[in-house]
Amino acid sequence: MAAFTVARSGGRFLRGLYAFKGLGTGRYGPAVSAVRSVTQQQMRSYCAGHLSVQERIEKKRRAALVGGGQKRIDAQHQRGKLTARERIELLLDPDSFVEYDMFVEHRCSDFGMEADHNKYPGDSVVTGQGRINERLVYVFSQDFTVFGGSLSGAHAQKICKIMDQAMLVGAPVIGLNDSGGARIQEGVESLAGYADIFLRNVTASGVIPQISLIMGPCAGGAVYSPALTDFTFMVKDTSYLFITGPDVVKSVTNEDVTQEELGGAKTHTAVSGVAHRAFENDIDALLNLRDFFNFLPLSNQDAAPVMECHDPSDRLVPGLDTVVPLESTKAYDMLDIIHGIVDEREFFEIMPSYAKNIVVGFARMNGRTVGIVGNQPKVASGCLDINSSVKGARFVRFCDAFNIPIITFVDVPGFLPGTAQEYGGIIRHGAKLLFAFAEATVPKITIITRKAYGGAYDVMSSKHLRGDVNYAWPSAEVAVMGAKGAVQIIFRGKENQAEAEAEYVEKFANPFPAAVRGFVDDIIRPSATRKRICRDLEVLASKKQTNPWKKHANIPL
Amino acid sequence: MASYTVSGALQRVLFGLQRVSFKSRCHVNTTVSQYSTVYDSNEKTFDKILIANRGEIACRVMKTCKKMGIKTVAVHSDVDSSAVHVKMADEAVCVGPAPTNKSYLNMDAIMKAIKQTGAQAVHPGYGFLSENKEFARRLAAEGVTFIGPDTHAIQAMGDKIESKLIAKKAKVNTIPGFDGVVKDAEEAVRIAGEIGYPVMIKASAGGGGKGMRIAWNDEETREGFRFSSQEAASSFGDDRLLIEKFIDNPRHIEIQVLADKHGNALWLNERECSIQRRNQKVVEEAPSTFLDPETRQAMGEQAVSLAKAVQYSSAGTVEFLVDSRKNFYFLEMNTRLQVEHPITECITGLDLVQEMIRVASGYTLRHKQADIPINGWAIESRVYAEDPYKSFGLPSIGRLSQYQEPVNLLQVRVDSGIQEGSDISIYYDPMISKLVTYGSTRAEALQRMVEALDSYVIQGVTHNIPLLREVITHPRFISGDISTKFLQEVYPEGFKGHQLSDSERRELVATAASVFVVAQIRSQRFLGNLRVSSSQQERRRWELSVELEKGVHAVTVSHSGSACTVDLDGKRMDVSSEWNLASALLPVTINGTQRTVQCLSRNAAGEIELQYFGTSYKVRVLSKLAAVLSKHMPEKVPEDTSSILRSPMPGSVVAVSVMPGDTVAEGQEICVIEAMKMQNSMTASKTAKVKSVHCKAGDTVGEGDLLVELE
Repeated sequence: MAAFTVARSGGRFLRGLYAFKGLGTGRYGPAVSAVRSVTQQQMRSYCAGHLSVQERIEKKRRAALVGGGQKRIDAQHQRGKLTARERIELLLDPDSFVEYDMFVEHRCSDFGMEADHNKYPGDSVVTGQGRINERLVYVFSQDFTVFGGSLSGAHAQKICKIMDQAMLVGAPVIGLNDSGGARIQEGVESLAGYADIFLRNVTASGVIPQISLIMGPCAGGAVYSPALTDFTFMVKDTSYLFITGPDVVKSVTNEDVTQEELGGAKTHTAVSGVAHRAFENDIDALLNLRDFFNFLPLSNQDAAPVMECHDPSDRLVPGLDTVVPLESTKAYDMLDIIHGIVDEREFFEIMPSYAKNIVVGFARMNGRTVGIVGNQPKVASGCLDINSSVKGARFVRFCDAFNIPIITFVDVPGFLPGTAQEYGGIIRHGAKLLFAFAEATVPKITIITRKAYGGAYDVMSSKHLRGDVNYAWPSAEVAVMGAKGAVQIIFRGKENQAEAEAEYVEKFANPFPAAVRGFVDDIIRPSATRKRICRDLEVLASKKQTNPWKKHANIPL
Repeated sequence: MASYTVSGALQRVLFGLQRVSFKSRCHVNTTVSQYSTVYDSNEKTFDKILIANRGEIACRVMKTCKKMGIKTVAVHSDVDSSAVHVKMADEAVCVGPAPTNKSYLNMDAIMKAIKQTGAQAVHPGYGFLSENKEFARRLAAEGVTFIGPDTHAIQAMGDKIESKLIAKKAKVNTIPGFDGVVKDAEEAVRIAGEIGYPVMIKASAGGGGKGMRIAWNDEETREGFRFSSQEAASSFGDDRLLIEKFIDNPRHIEIQVLADKHGNALWLNERECSIQRRNQKVVEEAPSTFLDPETRQAMGEQAVSLAKAVQYSSAGTVEFLVDSRKNFYFLEMNTRLQVEHPITECITGLDLVQEMIRVASGYTLRHKQADIPINGWAIESRVYAEDPYKSFGLPSIGRLSQYQEPVNLLQVRVDSGIQEGSDISIYYDPMISKLVTYGSTRAEALQRMVEALDSYVIQGVTHNIPLLREVITHPRFISGDISTKFLQEVYPEGFKGHQLSDSERRELVATAASVFVVAQIRSQRFLGNLRVSSSQQERRRWELSVELEKGVHAVTVSHSGSACTVDLDGKRMDVSSEWNLASALLPVTINGTQRTVQCLSRNAAGEIELQYFGTSYKVRVLSKLAAVLSKHMPEKVPEDTSSILRSPMPGSVVAVSVMPGDTVAEGQEICVIEAMKMQNSMTASKTAKVKSVHCKAGDTVGEGDLLVELE
């Protein structure tokens, strides 16, 4: 009889747990319902000892669900931030999250940390796997309500576990970062934890996509995990990334700087180039991340995804016939071309506020994910400089690593001259972009819309770097340099410079010199560009190309 | 010789123009029409015509030229090199850089282009050189035909003072006023006192509402004098002004006349153009709901008598103001083809450009007054790149990223000179097109206009379709109770867009929720991907929260096939469509009612912008969970705008009246921005000290650019 009573109280306990869950029905459902079915079917056979285990399981589970407790959850909300679990729930498809390591606790016994009230089941991170639009993804979400999300050995071990599994099955890892830094009480164990994660970030690089979304502080050594992942996104006003905070900065360099100025979203998306994009708030960021995820293959063994598409692949884009101004010195917006050509004008731009003289991002062509790279004539004439080369190179390498075809729109007057660029190492940085395009074996389609001058012509996915299909628009000018400069060199000191310039323009400021040599495959009507690219992508879908075996290449870092 | 017949049933000719290749010879039976416009290829006119204009009117003229087998020459500024009118012409000549006084008003360059191309005649369109007697004189001197009236008629009618005297002599009713040039602001105040307020100050050489101001007191007279003379100087190179009695609550009704060089003149009925903002027309119709046959005839006869008094030839328009008792007063005569001529073509069956070309080459009119019919009803909406929420329309610029004219609808004519990818620049008139619909009755024409406006896709620039659609569906407009004050009276607080009724709101919410669900479902459709979970069934029920204009609605959507069933506040709505998410046009059926909604934008964060009843609405659709959690999201504080003055439109700074440190009073002028030849005074929104000035006279500014900061 006694056993029965206890069992019933256990049942009530479970109902209580459900009530607690509040918002969604079946939140964390699978795990909990498994427990319930066990208790209902087998409760009669358990002895009292087992029941107490059962009770402890439920107690721990309940404790894990509230993290650092209601007070800290309220404080988190007060800061305009969601909790680790709320974030996961928004990010993943409803009812799809399967949690791991809910019972893991930290192992620190110093400074009173061993006390029961200092133990939180699951510690300061929630980990597991789930689905985004039905596709598998591994997630960790740092819980700021538990010791400020600080990284303990246990915390790191949880993250490593899901990363290892993600590698085994070939699925992306998304990290939602909100952590004050190392768990100081744990000392070197915490540092070891970071390194364990770093190592996995590195081994997973190029195998599975890794995405970091910074949703709170991320400081000190912790910043290197996001830095090693493929994409780092931030939430405006509530997230920070820095090696050392404003106080230390003040004491070392005597600079007065706020957290926001030092490592806020604006700094990292516009100035440092550390973050790839920023969003308004947690909800915006998570919804956008779902959208972004749909562009990516699950691993380097999977093809780039193809989605149902309503935009006809043979759609002509009449607006493109007039987009390039007749005066070759006049600017236009490369985004007009990109939006016109891609499916449904949908372009997920990466680093839209940094090195704006190059545009990179993801789009779809006839449903298939493509990476787009384009010089932006609107900013600094679309020249290549240090920052734009590095931005472009990293993007191209991501696409190549994950089987995403690259479409390159070229309007480049050359590399930016000047001491600032030379002293800054434009030679080695520019070489990165050259390296990335040359090394890439995914389908590469290039459209020269206007200028393709000098070495920058070679760099921008030219035919010579194994471009699969290279087109020129009628407005294309492939040459060593602009007419004026060229004439000054060829006819130095001679009269009739204007006449010579006209001759040069006639000879070189058009697509023919490149076309007669086969350096462009065809000269196409701009309005037909979408149609041509869609057709080429279909052909190139079965492209197979490999680089010679090597341990790894030696890109000029 | 093959003479071919063109349909007299005007709608068939003109609507046919939109689709039928001009080169194709068309034999159309004329039995349906009351008369037929027969023209004979033996009736030789010109071999080549130069069109000294740009945009839609240049294209319009070329269409008729092509129909008549005449070669066309376009002139263009450098920024217009790839404009539609240039592509349409057989030849094109660049006549200078973008500013109009260096290109389209550059007579030397245009004369050169005429010589170079051997054009025998010039059609000037409207605006630019169309009423410039000097241009007509220079053409005559070179032996080139000006397709328009003779120099002396242009001169006589072009000057408002002289035209009034001539009109009086020809026994045309005129408005009381001062028949002379006003010297200065003080004289203006004195004369205004004599005539009695309200008065209208306008440019002697003006037209089209430019350089025109209405004053109700001495202060406004002084200010009006100043602005009008500046505008007149910049628009017409002539700052002479005149003053006349301003007729309160008038209707603007004009008579189209057509005269030949042999003393024959016809009136081709009226056009009512009362819907105006800042004296510029917005919606026109023919005929007018207001005129009875007697008044129409009296106005027509006076118009013809004026035309004859100046030996007018070609097409022209005599504008009248008509008061509530059907008294009408001569306003001015426009000695050119009017913007709104298509509606006259619709109801009379004449091709006015063709008639102008015939008359210019010396032929007599082919019609008698009794032959001129009123067949059906035609409405014209002027579609502008303008923000209708600012003073009923301040210019906007940009690139037409998406552009689709509703020409697939029947009885719809779109006269435009732009296409997808065209730029609307600060240099020229911001008109996108003239949207004309025709019907056998006014109600039919209006219904078609509603459909045409709903199906008109314009993206990349702000446009005035919200205003146009509200005007043509307003009960006062439908009943014909309009005047030139219509907009101010109906929207005394300014235009605010369509006001949703409860049932419309529900429709909009249901449509947005359905779009959201359809897009969500599609985002799970990976083709040929074996790694998509097969265990889970497609969701069939969605609990959503939809935010529209600060109201939040809990909505449940279930989806099957092409239909969404939306449960909103206990009411069930069936929303079905083909759900083509790539198309801006989204025809939906909501509980059996068809609506053409446009999906202007959609993003990952659930923000959906829909154009519904002409107005665009921002709707936010979130899952129930996201909506519950969004209460924790921090409010972003918007910029305090009371101490910041931003340019409301792109344009150039004409004058800056303050310096940093000055104290300005609320309403005091801070600077003047000129856009599209209109000068706009920017005033302080509060009394404060000027903190900083970010512009200087001569600067070009974009919309939203910071001009002045107050403390």
